[in-house]
Amino acid sequence: MDDLLSTVDWSRWQFALTAIVHWLFVPLSIGLSLIVGIMETIYYKTRNERWKRMVKFWMLLFGINFACGVATGLILEFEFGTNWSNYSWFVGDIFGAPLAIEGIAAFFLESTFIAVMFFGWKRVSPGFHLASTWLTAAGICLSAFWILVANAWMQYPAGMEFDPAQMRNVMVSFSDVALSPVALNKFFHTVLSGWVLGAGFVVGVSSWFLFKKSNAEFAKDSVKIASWVGLAGIILTMWTGDGSAVQVSRVQPMKLAAMEGLYNGTNGQGLVGFGILDPSKERSDDKDPMLFGIEIPKALSLLAKHDPDAFVPGINDLIDGVELDGNGDTVRTVSYYERIERGQAAQQALREYDAASKAGDAAAMAAAEKRLKADFRYFGYGYLSNPDEAVPPVAVTFYAFRVMVICGGYFLLFFLVMLFLGYHKPRHLENRWVVFFGMLTIPLVWLASEAGWVVAEVGRQPWVIEGLLPTRAAVSSIPAGSVQLTFWLFAIVFAGLLTAEISILCKEIRKASRRDILADDKH
Amino acid sequence: MEALQIYWWFVISLLGGLLVFLLFVQGGQTMIWSAENEERKRLYVNVLGRKWELTFTTLVTFGGAFFASFPLYYSTSFGGAYWLWMLILFSFILQAVSYEFRSKPANVFGRRAYDMFLWVNGFVGCVLLGVAVGMQFFGAEFYISRQSILDAGSPVISVWSDSHGLEQVFSWRPLLLGFTVYFLARTLGVLFLYRNVRDPREEEFCNLCRRRVLVNGVVFVVLFLAFLGVLFTASGYSWDATTGHFAEIPNKYLFNLIELWWVGAVFLIGVLAVLYGVIRGAFDPKFRGAAFWWAGIGVVAVVTSLFCVSGYNNTAYLPSVSDPDSSLTIANSSSTEFTLTVMSWVTLLLPIVIGYIAYVWHKMTNPPVTDAEMRATDHNY
Repeated sequence: MDDLLSTVDWSRWQFALTAIVHWLFVPLSIGLSLIVGIMETIYYKTRNERWKRMVKFWMLLFGINFACGVATGLILEFEFGTNWSNYSWFVGDIFGAPLAIEGIAAFFLESTFIAVMFFGWKRVSPGFHLASTWLTAAGICLSAFWILVANAWMQYPAGMEFDPAQMRNVMVSFSDVALSPVALNKFFHTVLSGWVLGAGFVVGVSSWFLFKKSNAEFAKDSVKIASWVGLAGIILTMWTGDGSAVQVSRVQPMKLAAMEGLYNGTNGQGLVGFGILDPSKERSDDKDPMLFGIEIPKALSLLAKHDPDAFVPGINDLIDGVELDGNGDTVRTVSYYERIERGQAAQQALREYDAASKAGDAAAMAAAEKRLKADFRYFGYGYLSNPDEAVPPVAVTFYAFRVMVICGGYFLLFFLVMLFLGYHKPRHLENRWVVFFGMLTIPLVWLASEAGWVVAEVGRQPWVIEGLLPTRAAVSSIPAGSVQLTFWLFAIVFAGLLTAEISILCKEIRKASRRDILADDKH
Repeated sequence: MEALQIYWWFVISLLGGLLVFLLFVQGGQTMIWSAENEERKRLYVNVLGRKWELTFTTLVTFGGAFFASFPLYYSTSFGGAYWLWMLILFSFILQAVSYEFRSKPANVFGRRAYDMFLWVNGFVGCVLLGVAVGMQFFGAEFYISRQSILDAGSPVISVWSDSHGLEQVFSWRPLLLGFTVYFLARTLGVLFLYRNVRDPREEEFCNLCRRRVLVNGVVFVVLFLAFLGVLFTASGYSWDATTGHFAEIPNKYLFNLIELWWVGAVFLIGVLAVLYGVIRGAFDPKFRGAAFWWAGIGVVAVVTSLFCVSGYNNTAYLPSVSDPDSSLTIANSSSTEFTLTVMSWVTLLLPIVIGYIAYVWHKMTNPPVTDAEMRATDHNY
């Protein structure tokens, strides 16, 4: 058992490492491909060579980043099999489909047309080249769509049922899987945040050029285009973020409670705008969870339920199975104690089904299947020994959520200011404070983006599939030492990749600052 | 349901065939290191570098399609032969960045390191992918117990031997196929470079390529014949519906090739096409343009038919030598009828995908890449 838990922990670390590193590269590819596409469209319309040179510069940085995204993406897909083999069987009938479609419909689009983007300038017509750039961008978005469908399904398993004869879940509605509201919202929220990241990167690099008093015209034009993309991105990201909060409150209320550090909810629940958690807080004690906090009255009820007076359950409410109705009266829900019992009952019913199946007893099979279906939605709780195991890490989720939201607010202001300056006071873009904030935005966009993933993934612990399969039952049968070794090997390789990528990007940007990007076609 | 399983095994087989064909990139990479001069090395890298993502994507799609159609294989093989797959993955990570980074200033590790990574991917990737496919014929030690999912203390349903795939890396029969794939990839790699590179010293380059086609081709043919000898004399497991158990059948794969006559025909046509492409490519300078395609299409045919032989006719395509009844067949490891049907609709996209790949391939390789073009282009590897 100890070895199993150790394997689970190291597998989680390895997957988290791969996902975090992968997510450093992907949003930049999403955002930069859009910006490059817009710039090339302007070039195609105007046939002004300066736009082509701008395209080539940003495309160079895009290509350096893209390779790392491809490398880490391969690992993520195969880690579902290598490290989460039980998961691969338990839901492979559903989960494999989006991954296969991603390969067929999206990856080939990217990998085919990206070669034209880089090597096709003199081999294809400008129109074909432009189409290739947009098809590459579309391939990246399509790829994001299918992997986010897969991810959303883990958080909100729809379009499936359990087949006791095969002891696995099977798909019964593809449209419910692919077009679930959680999947659609997650897709738009994530891709739009990629726009923000790409825009922040372009504005940041352009600010550096302005700081070095180099390529001012190029930098200012880049700032203007990127700021439009960034502004559109952040407004839509906030809008889809609001939709995401409503969905989380509906399908993953425990995650929402962890995001808020909320133990005991109430009607008209406030939102902690900024706060510091008390690290000594235990779930069962009466301590205030916050050492310090600034609360916005009724905001959480408004955000999560779109009703300022609605009840938002806290961790204890969910575990104890209580809610308050509109009159403030207590209403019973299914407590986590009961969920564990019903999960164990579902597992027992499955054992009985299996035994009856081997004995050829059809009546007993039918009876066991009926009991199983009644409690199957709590199947995963049967692996837990107490409700505390169903509580995600509160502090990580709480702080990551605030980092994401506070950064989001900053980005809105930042892109508005940059657009105003870009169009009305372009000389002020060279102001050292503007330049400073421009460059500061580069690490902030990554911080916010990674924080968003931490909220989504840490906040759903301990589940691989919400309510149905905890991480401990999803792993492969591999010694913990083997996974530990591959974790460190990945850490070394990824560190090397990241170091090389950052070093090359910085060098290319520095090189470009020593020449006039708009004046020559060769770099 | 059976028809869908057969169809999906064919899709997997075809993707396997395309993947092995596209390993010409890896085969070509093993020659970069030993290129005669820097100009030629640069030509090799830039010609191969325009295709590496296709191989990479085919590998990812092969994995994804296997996951969607035969999830029990994905679960058992990847989670079981952990080290084998990890070594393959590490070699492909190295490849993914090497083209883009190798000639960039401040790339931290230096150009030679990235060229070495490409060689490692070329050698390790080819040999170990061959070993992984060999495992499908010669089996591994594992057992499957679906009931384990209910055991909270040990819930994993597929349990592999303690060496977790390393035993395959050091097992001579899978290794034989691994080296066969390696020399096949090198042969295809030379044919690809021969076709698509215009070297400043053309005559010397062409002579060199033809010599390499011959040497690598001969080694490949010898290894391939040895592999066929081993394969056709090997036993395989066959599902016996009357007993409800697997039975060990001597010469199972040879019988499959004979009983599945159309597979046998494709196999023979493929072998002849490969031999024709290699022999004429090595000896006939006028065949420079066509040799790669003859050999390449032949490889797709041969590998696809070998995959078919491993999975059709009630054959265990992943035999368990320690617990035969845990062996995987296309019937006991597949997704449900519903999922296979949905995914079958998705495969209607494949002709479109193959169509645009072919069009772009044509645009990007005709006319062949020259040193002059590279000097005039601002993005080079």
